Amino acid sequence: MRFPVNYDIAITHVVTRKKQTLVAALGVTIGVAIYLFMNSLSSGFSSYSRNNIFQTNAHIKIYKNDEISSPLTQHKNSVSVILNPQITTLSKTLINPNTLLDKIKKEPYITNAIAQVDFSAFYNRGNTQIKGSGSGVNMLQYAAMFNTPKYMVAGSVQDLQGNLNGIIIGKGISEKLNLGLGDNITVSSSYNVTKVLRIVGIFNMGNSISDDSKCYVNISTAQQFLKQGNSYVTTIYANTPDPDNTQPYVKKLQNITNYTVEDWKTTNADVISGDNTRKTMMNAISFSILVVAAFGIYNILSATISQKINDIAILKATGFKSKDVIRIFVAEALIMGLIGTTVGLCIGAILIKIMSGVYIGGPVGYFPIHFEAPIFVRSFVLGLIITLCAGYFPAKKAASVDPVEIFRR
Amino acid sequence: MKSNELVLKTQNIEKYFYDPIQFKVLDNVSFEVYKGEFLTLVGKSGSGKSTLLYCLSTMDTKFNGDLEILGEKINGKKIDDLAEIRNQHIGFVFQFHYLLPEFSCLKNVMLPALKLGKYTYEEVEEKAYQKLDILGLRDQALKPASKLSGGQQQRVSIARAMINNPQIIMCDEPTGNLDSKNTNIVFDIFKQLAHDFNQTIIAVTHDNDFAANSDRTIELADGRVIN
Ligand SMILES: Nc1ncnc2c1ncn2[C@@H]1O[C@H](COP(=O)(O)OP(=O)(O)OP(=O)(O)O)[C@@H](O)[C@H]1O
Ligand SMILES: [Mg+2]
Repeated sequence: MRFPVNYDIAITHVVTRKKQTLVAALGVTIGVAIYLFMNSLSSGFSSYSRNNIFQTNAHIKIYKNDEISSPLTQHKNSVSVILNPQITTLSKTLINPNTLLDKIKKEPYITNAIAQVDFSAFYNRGNTQIKGSGSGVNMLQYAAMFNTPKYMVAGSVQDLQGNLNGIIIGKGISEKLNLGLGDNITVSSSYNVTKVLRIVGIFNMGNSISDDSKCYVNISTAQQFLKQGNSYVTTIYANTPDPDNTQPYVKKLQNITNYTVEDWKTTNADVISGDNTRKTMMNAISFSILVVAAFGIYNILSATISQKINDIAILKATGFKSKDVIRIFVAEALIMGLIGTTVGLCIGAILIKIMSGVYIGGPVGYFPIHFEAPIFVRSFVLGLIITLCAGYFPAKKAASVDPVEIFRR
Repeated sequence: MKSNELVLKTQNIEKYFYDPIQFKVLDNVSFEVYKGEFLTLVGKSGSGKSTLLYCLSTMDTKFNGDLEILGEKINGKKIDDLAEIRNQHIGFVFQFHYLLPEFSCLKNVMLPALKLGKYTYEEVEEKAYQKLDILGLRDQALKPASKLSGGQQQRVSIARAMINNPQIIMCDEPTGNLDSKNTNIVFDIFKQLAHDFNQTIIAVTHDNDFAANSDRTIELADGRVIN
C-alpha cells in the first residue's frame, strides 16, 4: 500500500514517535469512552422515564379543567369586585363524551383514542385501608393503547372485559392487603359507594405510584362509584403518530373542543425538565473531557512541529506548499484521533456492557443503559472533529514557517 | 559547457532589513547567469551573500528589483507558484544537510520527486538510486539519514538537490562543514553537473580554491557586486 507523499510523511512521523502518538491517542480514547458512556447512560435514563410516563399517559389528554369564578363586573368603566374566588366547576364530566370521542377518532392524525372515568378509590380489608385511584376503562381498548398485558403478573386483561364485578389491581395493593387472584376486595369511593369486587388481574409496572395505588374497573362500575349516569366521562386519551411532535395536534384538537387539551409533555413537565437538566449536564461534562483530550493532541503536535522545524523548512524549500504542510500535520492528528476514537468506542462499549449487567434494584432493576448506534456515531464523529480542530491550528503554524529564517540560523 | 542561454537574471536588486535599524543589505545587484555555468559568490562575512542567494531562491520575496528565472519574471508570483518553480527547477544544498532523520537516504532523495508527481514511485526510486550512485552512496541508500557521516550526509543532500534534474542548483557554503577530501568530491560533482549535464550551479563559498576553480566568481562587498 502506497500513500501520497504527504500522508507517507505523516505516517512516518507518527510511527517513529510511537510514544507521543500513543499518549495523544490515549487522551482521545478516554475522552471518547467517557463521552459515549455518559451519553448512553443519560439516554438510557431518559428512555426509562419516558417508558414510565407512557405506561399511564397517552400522547394527548382531554379533560375538563377547574374553572375559577371571575370578577363580577357590571360595566366597562366600573370597579371590578372579586368576591371570594373559588372553583365553580360543578362536575368533572365532559358533556356528550361519545360524540366528542367519535369526532376525535375521525381526525386523520389520531391513531387511537379512548374514554376514561377516574375516581378516588379506597381499598379495604378489615381495619386496613389504602388510598388510591381507580380508572374506569374499556379494558381491551385501554390495554391496546398502553400495552398493559406486558405488565400483568396474574390473571389477564380479557377477564375484566364486560365483567362489572371484576377489578385489576396493582401488585403493591395485592401484597399489602394479602389478596390474590380470585379473592374479593372491598373498594369504596369518596362518594360513599362501597362495592365488593373480584380480583381478575394483578399488574406490576415497576413504578410504585401505580403499583401501590392504581386499579382498573369497567367504565360503568366507575360511573357507579361516582354516582353518575352512563354518559359521565372524565378524560379522553388520544395517541398520535409522533409523540415528540404533539404540539400541532394539540392545536388542531383544541379547535374541535373547548375542554383542556394537554400533551404528555405538559402533563409531565417536571419529569421532563429534570431529564433535560441531567442530559445537559452529562453532555457538558463529557464534552469538556473530550475537549481536554483534544488538547493532548494539540500539545504533542505543537511539540513535534517545534522539533521538526528544520524538516518543515527543507520541505518548503524543495517545493512543498503550505497546504501540503497543513495536510501532513492534520493527517498526523487524524491518525492519532482515529486510533484514540476507535479504541475509545471499544472501551465505551465494554463499559456499557458491564453497566447494563449491574442491578441497582428498586423499580429500575438493571441499569437502563443500552447500545445505541446514533450515540456511537455521534461520539465517533465528534472525536474526529475535535482532533481535526486540535490538529489544524498547530498545522497552520507549521505551514507559516519561513524557511529563510530557519536556514539563516 | 557555458552557453549563451540565460537561466537567471537580476536587475537592480536592493533589499533592506528594518530590524534593529534600517539597513541596506543588497544594493543595486545586477548580473546574469548562463546555462551550464558554475558560478561562485564570494565576499567577506556579512557582505550579504546568503541574503542574495535567498532572494535568488524565490524563498525571500521581500526585495526591490527584477528577478527572472528561466525567462520567467518571478516578482509578484504567488507563494504556491514559487514552490512549484523551486520544486521543478531549483535544487538546494546548504551548509547543514537538512535531511529528515527518520527517513532512509533513499527516501530523502525521493521526496522532492514524489512531490513533483511526474513519475511513478518505482521510477522515482530508480532515479534516486542513480543519483546516489553518482555520489558513490548506493550502498548507503537504505540506511536512516541520521546514521551517516557528515560528508556522506552532505552528498545525500546533493543527490536530493539533483533528483528533479533542476536547471539550477543553489548552494550556501556547501563545503563549509567538510574536510578537504570531501570538499574535493563535492567540487568535482558540481563541475560534472555543470559541464557534463549542463546544469547551472550558483554556490556561496568562503573557500578560495573552490571559488578560484569555478567558471566565474562574483564578489560582494557591503551588498554591492564589486567584481
Ligand atoms: N534577519 C535579519 N535581520 C536583520 N539583519 C540581518 C538579518 N539577516 C542578516 N542580516 C544582516 O545582513 C547582513 C548580511 O547577512 P548575510 O547572512 O547575507 O551575510 P553573509 O555574506 O552570508 O555572511 P556569512 O559569510 O557570514 O554567511 C549582515 O550584516 C547581517 O547582520
Ligand atoms: Mg551566509
